[in-house]
Parts: sequence; structure tokens; C-alpha cells
Amino acid sequence: MTEQSPSRLPAPRVAASVAPTTNTHLDIAEVTKNFGSQAVLKGVNLSVAKGGTTAIVGPSGSGKTTLLRLIAGFEHPATGSISLNGTTVAGNGVWLPAHKRHVGYVAQDGALFPHLTVGQNIAFGLDSSALDGGRRAVKTRVQELLEMVSLDADMAKRRPHQLSGGQQQRVALARALAREPELMLLDEPFSALDAGLRVATRRAVAKVLNEAGVTTILVTHDQAEALSFADQVAIMRGGKLAQIGNPFVVYTRPADRATAEFLGDAVILNAWMEGSLATCSLGGIPVRRPPAQGLVQLMLRPEQIRIAPDGPIRGVVVDTDYFGPETTVRIKLAPRVAAAGASLAYPGGGEIITIRHWNASITKPGTELCLRVVGEGVAFPVED
Amino acid sequence: MTTDLSAPVVSKTSKSTTTAGRGKRPRPPFGVSAISLIAVLIALFSLIPLGYVAYMTAATGWNTAVGLIFRPRVGELLLNTVMLVVFTVPICLVLGVGGAWLVERTKLRGHRWWAVALAAPLAIPAFVNSYSWVSAVPSLQGIWSGVLIATLSYFPLVYIPAAATLGRLDPAIEQSAASLGLGPWAVFFRVVLPQLRIAMTGGGLLVSLHLLAEYGAFAMIRFDTFTTAIMTQFQSTFNGTAGNMLASVLVFFCLILLLVEVRSRGSARYARVGSGAQAKPIRLPLRHYQIPSQLALLALTVLAFGLPIWFVLRWVFAGGARVWSADEFLPALLQTLAYGTVGAAATIVVGFPMAYLAVRHPSWFSKMLELSNYITSSLPGIVVGLAFVTVSIRMVPGIYQTSGVLIAAYVLLFLPRALVNIRSGLAQAPKELDEAAQSLGKTPLASFLKVTLRLTAPAAAGGAALVFLAIVNELTATLLLSPNGTHTLATEFWSKSSEIDYSGAAPYALLMILLSAPMTYLLFQQSKKVAGQ
Repeated sequence: MTEQSPSRLPAPRVAASVAPTTNTHLDIAEVTKNFGSQAVLKGVNLSVAKGGTTAIVGPSGSGKTTLLRLIAGFEHPATGSISLNGTTVAGNGVWLPAHKRHVGYVAQDGALFPHLTVGQNIAFGLDSSALDGGRRAVKTRVQELLEMVSLDADMAKRRPHQLSGGQQQRVALARALAREPELMLLDEPFSALDAGLRVATRRAVAKVLNEAGVTTILVTHDQAEALSFADQVAIMRGGKLAQIGNPFVVYTRPADRATAEFLGDAVILNAWMEGSLATCSLGGIPVRRPPAQGLVQLMLRPEQIRIAPDGPIRGVVVDTDYFGPETTVRIKLAPRVAAAGASLAYPGGGEIITIRHWNASITKPGTELCLRVVGEGVAFPVED
Repeated sequence: MTTDLSAPVVSKTSKSTTTAGRGKRPRPPFGVSAISLIAVLIALFSLIPLGYVAYMTAATGWNTAVGLIFRPRVGELLLNTVMLVVFTVPICLVLGVGGAWLVERTKLRGHRWWAVALAAPLAIPAFVNSYSWVSAVPSLQGIWSGVLIATLSYFPLVYIPAAATLGRLDPAIEQSAASLGLGPWAVFFRVVLPQLRIAMTGGGLLVSLHLLAEYGAFAMIRFDTFTTAIMTQFQSTFNGTAGNMLASVLVFFCLILLLVEVRSRGSARYARVGSGAQAKPIRLPLRHYQIPSQLALLALTVLAFGLPIWFVLRWVFAGGARVWSADEFLPALLQTLAYGTVGAAATIVVGFPMAYLAVRHPSWFSKMLELSNYITSSLPGIVVGLAFVTVSIRMVPGIYQTSGVLIAAYVLLFLPRALVNIRSGLAQAPKELDEAAQSLGKTPLASFLKVTLRLTAPAAAGGAALVFLAIVNELTATLLLSPNGTHTLATEFWSKSSEIDYSGAAPYALLMILLSAPMTYLLFQQSKKVAGQ
């Protein structure tokens, strides 16, 4: 992937264990940050490739916004260093203030200046004396940026309070893009928008940033947003990055149970690991690189478990939640039965699992179902 | 960079990098240390009056102090002052809250007009009010006259916050109470009135502090309070021990009132809880109480506003062209405008660091800094004046009776008016906007000037206007501290009226009222905004 052609999924670009190359735009090394006696960041390492899109996702208080503010230059790291394009901007006795970092920043609510019009907001960071054509060039640039974020040119004369939430975020993005930053930081920019507007604005923002080829870091607590927006997802928990990888990898092969459950619904069952096969109430499930042998916890995503008339697993519907396009079904698994003369290493049974199905009518409570598992599982060591 | 799909891994190693600005040490956020230092200096400066009182009490010696404090004259002053507070404050509470309720919560005809009319008496300085009443009833004197004039002058201090709070109370709470079976009166006493607690305690405290600080209004009707007695002592013995001891008792009284207000304010939450749009307040029909209500408000407005205006205008016309002598009138007007403008500007400049710390870096430290000033500004002008007289004579004789000392006293006395406004303005300029400006390439100073200062300016201007109003009407500290040859509207009015030249005093009174009127309206509007935050 190059700066000129920032492509999207599926190819994951970042391998955290590999030393950064010249393609690295942002490099965070062993960064810590304390607020008083509270350690907010506890040694964060992160590399972001040029032109890439990284989502930092985590629960409230995990330190993700603090990390973003350190990158922006609004906070000082306690230890560690931050480098942009190979140049240290914080740490090791160096400090480059925010206004010299050439980093775009879009805050949660847009942070538009209420005393300025939309046009003046967008032009705020532009220096008319430094542009060929002076004020006329600034005006032209404002029009270009409005067009880039799909807003009418007439909007330039409006005040921020006359815009909808989605429009305000687009203006904030246009304002941040005006100086052509090499790195754009987005601090939960869609969280204040309602569901419909959030998706539309997210798509629009992603498209603009993609076309501009700007390296982007999005901070969010919404895992679905992170998975859909970025080509690299970093999961943050307790001031540390628990896992970094492309969205497909972190979703299907989470590093631990907490990450698995944070990123989406997960079916977790006790299982018996022998070689690369985990045996549980759902039968034998292949596991790539099992962490241990013997008793483990097996994780599957609900969509991996399908209702199939010829499925080998039996269960009874406990209850359902109807959501329109899909129905969440809770099923109590029956014990597995061994073939005549054979014995089961781990019969299991009795656990209640959750799956998703499109047809609500076949999932009445008490209905007996046959199930089949698709794909691989992920095994975690049994927690003490 | 390579890809490893097989195993989830956590980041990476470091690498060789160049550095930007190597050797620069990390600095704390923009100017916070400097601002903190300035705020500490201001807080220390504002503690001068309290320090003066403590020092004078200690220097007097225990036996002398006891002898000067525990004597019949002090007992008499204490009784007068306590009675004044005990009678005036409850009447102001009844008039203020009652008026606010009629205006904000009933279908009172012309309620918008009445809303302004009930705040209008604040435009008339208490000593001008007293002058008008003495003109109407020359025999006026004693405690009941004091209560009458104080009530008519100060009830808007309760009315304004009460009206602002009532206008913002969520009617859903009253509707819930009604649905639980409470009638209109029960709803008022059990639901509405408790929510006015902050407005009532705050307004009551303001009235009390004004009663302790007022000199001109009570001197004119020959009613002795601590402040009038201290001024008399000062005029007869300049900086005598007896006057200082009276000041100590007065300060003690003020601190007790502050404590009572803090305790009675309570810790309950009065802000609206929950989301969604707030409905408009419900107005109760007055039916056959409409006419009595109109008459009651008319009587109050006539007594508090109409009568003073009438007598001021009467004296102005009685004096004819003689009283408008430009030689006397113009210098007083210009000096008042100059002191008001410079004092207001200085107060805003001094208030900014404290407000900035309180809003952007709230901590026990910033609270202590603010508290130190609130205590000082609660002290009567005469105590602040005496403190500056003493300190300047003993420590820096060169600045005694200079404009600088008078401006410094104004700053200490009226800083809270500026602080409230600057804080409100800074709240409109969250630090995220500053950060957004910095991320757009502006230096911290440029961000501060172009965003924070620009957004705070309107509120700061409002605060400056209120300080200006206070300075225009300030009499006590000005009498004590003004340089020789200083003539302000207030001191000229006082000088003329003391010589029973009521016609000569009238133009100064009229001008003070005219200058105060728009500021009073501003204060009224602002209180409504503050109640909504």
C-alpha cells in the first residue's frame, strides 16, 4: 500500500511484531500517561502506515481519547515517544506543540467556532498571505472543501448553529482538511449523531479521507463503527492496546476473551483441546494455533452456528428477541451422544448459547432444532 | 510492513528517528503557571482588608479591644443593625418572591412590563432613594424609616434571581406534584418554593450585605448603623482605634452572614434533571385576584421607583438652569465616567486569570483563590476603604489618596460581578475550541486571542458594564479614598444634599439614575441567562 493509492480491505497491512519501515507515518513507542496518581496509558506501542485508516476502539475510560490527544499534541506523555514521519514530536526531551505538528483534528462535537460562519471556520487555518491569489485563493479553497464534503457552496455563509449535526461534522472535517494535514485524528466524531445520520456521515467522511489519501486515526467506543471504518483496528483496554490487526482478524481471532466479547456477541464454551481439535457441546471444532491442550475456552461467533435440519447438534429454543432483519435465539444445548461402543472425551451439554437467524417463525420457545458449526473456533486458556 | 493473519499480535518495535526541536523541554499547558501566579497575587492582594482588620484587632490589644467592643454604644449599633436585617430581609423576600411569582407564574396582565418595572428600583441608588423620601417626609428617621427605604431599594435583589429561577423551573415537576394530588397552593409551598431556595438565600444575603455596607441612605435619615458610626469616627478621629474596632465587629457580622448563607443553601440539586425539551411554565389564572394584584404591584412600583423619580425631577425643575452649572457638573460627570471606565477595565483584567483558572483548571486551589475574593467583596466599602487608607499611609505613603488606590478598592469591591460574567463567557468557549484552533496551526496565544478571548468578550463586556454601574453609584469608599479635588456624581450629590441643597443635588441623582437604567436592564436579562445554565 502506498501513500498515493490507499486501498481498503481486505489486505491487512500492519503487523505489529514487525519493525516499522519508511512506510510508517505514526510511531508510538512505550507511551505512558498519568493523571495525578491514575495511570491512564500504561506503555502503548502503535504503528500506523501512511494513508492507512486505524480505529482505536475500547470501552469508556480505556485511554483511547488520551492517546489521541497525545498524538495531537494537546497532552504530554509521561514516558515514551511519538514520532511522525520518522521525526520525534514528543518524548526523549522533545516537544513539538500542536500547532506545529500539521495534524488534523476533528472533535466529538466538531468544535466549530460559534462566532464564525461556516466559510470562516473552514478558512480559519489558512493563511491568505501564504497562498497564491490571497483571499480569492482562500475563498476558492473553501468552495472546494465544501464540495469535497458534499455541502452546498451557500453553506459558507451560515453559522454553525444553523447546521444539522451531520453537516457540522462535515464542516469540521473540511476545516481540518483545509491545511492538507498528513495525519487526521477523529475523536468519536459520529457519536453525537443519530443512527441513520451516523452511518451516512461515516461513509461520507471515509470517502473524503480515502480520496485525499490522508492517514487517519479514528477513536470510537462503537466496535461496529471501528470494524467498518478502518483497515486496522486497535483494541484498547485498561490503558494498553490488547490487540491490533485488520478488522476481520480481530473479530474472528480475538486475542482474549475480553476482546472477543467487546467486539461483538460471542459464544464461549468449555472445550477439551486435543491437537488442533476442540471438543465441546457443539462437537469437534477446528482451532488454529491452540494456546493449550486439555481444558480450554472455545469462542465462536453466533453467525458461525447455523440452524440445519441435518445438523449433528441438538438443542431447544429457550427464548427469542425479534429485531426485524434478524432474530436472536437462545438455545439450550443437548448433551452429545456417543456412537455405540464409543465414549466421548467431553460430552458437555446443558449450556445456553445465542445464535442469530433471519426467520423468527421457526424459533418459538420449546422448538427443537438441529445445529451446525461453520468455520474455525478460537481457544483461550481457561481463566483462573 | 508484513501481514500475519494467523495470530493476533500486539504492536511493534521502535526505530531510528530524527527529532523536532531537540532539546526543548516539555512545558505545561499554555501559561497556566503564569496565570496561577497572577491569580495567587490577586488573591493575596484581595486579602488586604481582612488582614488589616485582623492586624488592627491584634495590635489594639485584648483589653483595649474588649473595652471598645463591649460598650453600650456598640450594643446600640448592634441592635440597630440586627433589627434592620431582621425586619428588612423577610419583607424583601416576601416582596421579591411574591412579585416574581405573580410576574412569572400567573396570568398577570402586562406581566412583561411588570417584569422590568419590578427590577427598575435597582437603578436608583439607596442614598438617592433616601433623599427622595426625606424630601417627601422631612421628619423621616429611625429604624422603621430605615426598613422602609432599605426594603424599597433592595427588594429587587431578591426579585431578580427569584424571577429568573421561576422562569426556568421545569413545569413537569409541578405537573407531577399536581398528579400526586397537591392543590395549587400546596404545589407552590411544597414544590416551587423549595426550588427557590438558592435564589432566596442568595438574594437575602445580598440584601443583608447591602444593609451592613450602606452609609448614605441611613446617614440621611439619621439612623445609626455600624457603617455610619465608623464613618463618623473616621471623620472625627481619622484612623482611630474605636472606628477600627467597629470595623472588626462589622467584618465579623459579614462573615457570620456568609456562613449562614452557605449553610442554608444546602447541598440539594436544583438543576433540571433529564433530557428533552423543557415545556413553557404554566401560568395560573388570577381571576378575581387580578385587580388586587395589579394594585399591589402598582403601589410597590410607585413607592420604590415613581416617588424617587418624581422628587428628583421636582428638584431638578425647582432648581432651574442654575443647577446645571457646567463648571461643577461636567467635571463630576467626566471624572465619574473616567473612574467607571478605568475601574471596570481593571476589574475585568484582574478577574480574567481567576475565572480562567476556575473554568479551565478547576481544583481546590482555584476555589480557594475565588473564595478569598468573594469574602473580601462581601465586606462593606468602608472596611475596604479604611484598610487601604491605613495600608497606604503606613506602608506606601506615596500612593495615599491617589486614583490608583481608589481603582484598586473598586476592583476588590466589585470583582465578583466581573467574575460571574467572565466565567459564563469562558463556559461558551470550551478548551476544545482552543485545541481545534491549535490543530489548525494557530499558536496557543493566537488561539487564545482569536477564539477564547473573542468568545468571552461579550460576557466580559456585560461584566464591565455592571462594574461600571457599581462604581458610578459607589459613595463610601470613594469618600474615604478619592484624591483631593475629586468630584464624582455620587460624592457631589452627597456633598450638595448634606448641605441641604436638594435642588443642586438633583441633577447628579438624575444622571446616576439615567446611567444605571440600562445596566439594571442588562443585569435583569443576564440573571435570566445565568439561571438557564
